[in-house]
Amino acid sequence: MSTTLVKETPPIEEPVLRKLSTRRRLVPYWLLLPGIVWLLVFFALPMVYQASTSVQTGSLEQGFEVTWHFATYWDAFQEYWPQFVRSLLYAGTATLLCLLLGYPLAYLIAFKAGRWRNLLLVLVIAPFFTSFLIRTLAWKTILADDSLVVDALNTLHVLDVTSWLGWTEGDRVLATPMAVVAGLTYNFLPFMILPLYTSLERIDGRLHEAAQDLYASPATTFRKVTFPLSMPGVVSGTLLTFIPASGDYVNAELLGSTDTKMVGNVIQSQFLRVLDYPTAAALSFILMAVVLLMVTVYIRRAGTEDLV
Amino acid sequence: MTDKTAHTGNTGGGDVRLSGISKTYGSFTAVHPLDLTIPQGSFFALLGASGCGKTTTLRMIAGLEDPTTGTVFLGDRDVTDLPPYKRPVNTVFQSYALFPHMDIFENIAFGLRRRGIKSVKPQVDEMIELVQLGEHAHKKPHQLSGGQQQRVAVARALINHPQVLLLDEPLGALDLKLRRQMQLELKRIQTEVGITFVHVTHDQEEAMTMADQVAVMNGGRVEQLGAPADLYENPQTTFVANFLGTSNLIEAEVVETGGDVLVTAGGGKLRVPGERCTSAVRAGGKVLVGVRPEKISLTHADDADEIAAGRNRVTGRIADSSFIGVSTQYVVNSPAGAELQVYEQNIERDSRLVPGTEVVLHWNPAHTFGLDAAQSLLAGTVGDAGAETVEDAA
Repeated sequence: MSTTLVKETPPIEEPVLRKLSTRRRLVPYWLLLPGIVWLLVFFALPMVYQASTSVQTGSLEQGFEVTWHFATYWDAFQEYWPQFVRSLLYAGTATLLCLLLGYPLAYLIAFKAGRWRNLLLVLVIAPFFTSFLIRTLAWKTILADDSLVVDALNTLHVLDVTSWLGWTEGDRVLATPMAVVAGLTYNFLPFMILPLYTSLERIDGRLHEAAQDLYASPATTFRKVTFPLSMPGVVSGTLLTFIPASGDYVNAELLGSTDTKMVGNVIQSQFLRVLDYPTAAALSFILMAVVLLMVTVYIRRAGTEDLV
Repeated sequence: MTDKTAHTGNTGGGDVRLSGISKTYGSFTAVHPLDLTIPQGSFFALLGASGCGKTTTLRMIAGLEDPTTGTVFLGDRDVTDLPPYKRPVNTVFQSYALFPHMDIFENIAFGLRRRGIKSVKPQVDEMIELVQLGEHAHKKPHQLSGGQQQRVAVARALINHPQVLLLDEPLGALDLKLRRQMQLELKRIQTEVGITFVHVTHDQEEAMTMADQVAVMNGGRVEQLGAPADLYENPQTTFVANFLGTSNLIEAEVVETGGDVLVTAGGGKLRVPGERCTSAVRAGGKVLVGVRPEKISLTHADDADEIAAGRNRVTGRIADSSFIGVSTQYVVNSPAGAELQVYEQNIERDSRLVPGTEVVLHWNPAHTFGLDAAQSLLAGTVGDAGAETVEDAA
């Protein structure tokens, strides 16, 4: 009976087989195609276009021409380096604040929230249901001169200290560095909490028990086991916060003053108001290079070759 | 560490004593009030099916679980309120729980470092040698096989010279052959270091091969405590009789007491030594008569005359037989009880003993035990809900 079965099934011919395997080999490329096309059109092409803009000279009336004028980079950097430094400082501070605020919260959601876990996660991303702009405008009200928050900070003499440090001015918060950093921190906090939560949640609770069984107090357990194992979340959280924050201009625009301009504000005004496209493009590339460099050093230092 | 070894050495009074400890979760009682003394230096097994409270009991000794009532003593010291990191007790976890971000060396050194010991290298190297992982010292746990990870877990706990080493189903994830090998290995290490081992397992064979003392747990209670041979030969409850090996339990009526107890079952008469009855028997009462399958001899009904006088006899018909190699296992139906198990050594095989044959089962009455008839006949068998030998989901 088995022999008849074999006879009934025609042997698969060689060319058919080859065709099948060719098709199978092409499948990954077909799957990659949409993404590659997207990146080409919306990432690679604009990059090339901007790169060429950055080495052009001319004016809006006479038109721009590629003259390989690399001096724009140096001129732009010389003129706007304070805004660069400020951007990195504000973004760095906001990232640190996000980490300090976000870690305990992520820890709580991952280990202690029990059945409230999902609700808390929804609350973390709830601000995203409102537009970025509206949220930042709301902070304008929160930090307004006669607002509850500012009154409370005044009464507690917190503003005396922050003014002395140069973060605020007199009894005002709005239009000061603190307002910008507060806005950045608020807006990017979920980007810190979510990766932290994901990596904390993945930690096997039995490792905590094992550490405690091996004479580690809860504090040591955190230092030697929990925190090192959450490093992937710390790294991706800080990157997801720092990179967009360093290029942000909305917070500085709405909550800051002329003294708190970040490089994003400069780029925006060069592009849209001054219409000096080459300088704007050069600034963008400098920012990109600086951030890339910092991120590379950071990832090297954090020693997380298996995470990013 | 040295002072610790000194006072946990052989000073006596290093027993683990559980006094009235219990654990309830809401309305569920995982462990009923329990008194247990684990002698210093012994290899002690807590044996039972999943959900019987054995792991909870172990975790209460480790301090990972707070007892609802009762006290845990290590030696004379009340450690009930000590957090786990202050107890001179270490655990080998079921899933090993090795630290994935540390290499083998650091995993093993973890406990020493936490206690502020500066030069850990000699000790760690020695321990790595003891568990034969020399060339793996700088690998991460995920690069090792299950058996190697298990040895790391043992080394990581043992290096601290704990007063008690707790093992929570440490061999559960290993395949059978490796398991047997690790059983011998653990037993060897225990004999070598002389530390009290408390081993939780659902595998009765594992408990019997390794432990000096076994506590059989069921439904949050200790059913019986004793040396493996004693538990096997003298089960006090039907659960123990069925959970440890196999028992033939026959419902019988007591005819006569005094000296040997004479009972009838399915028309035949059986003798049970009086001292082997767990409950008071009286004429006319019921009793469960038990005998282990390997104690029974099987004789063809035609040769029934050759059976020596004074032996317990039951007649029956072979329902099934399976040849195991060293022995043949028969299932015999008889008026006294259905599906009686008989294990015959294959020394001189009687080729007439095939299914359908009329046979006589006979054994020395001294091998018979009597159990309280008020219990379920099936407690502790594989089909019994309370005694599934299924592992907890890891």
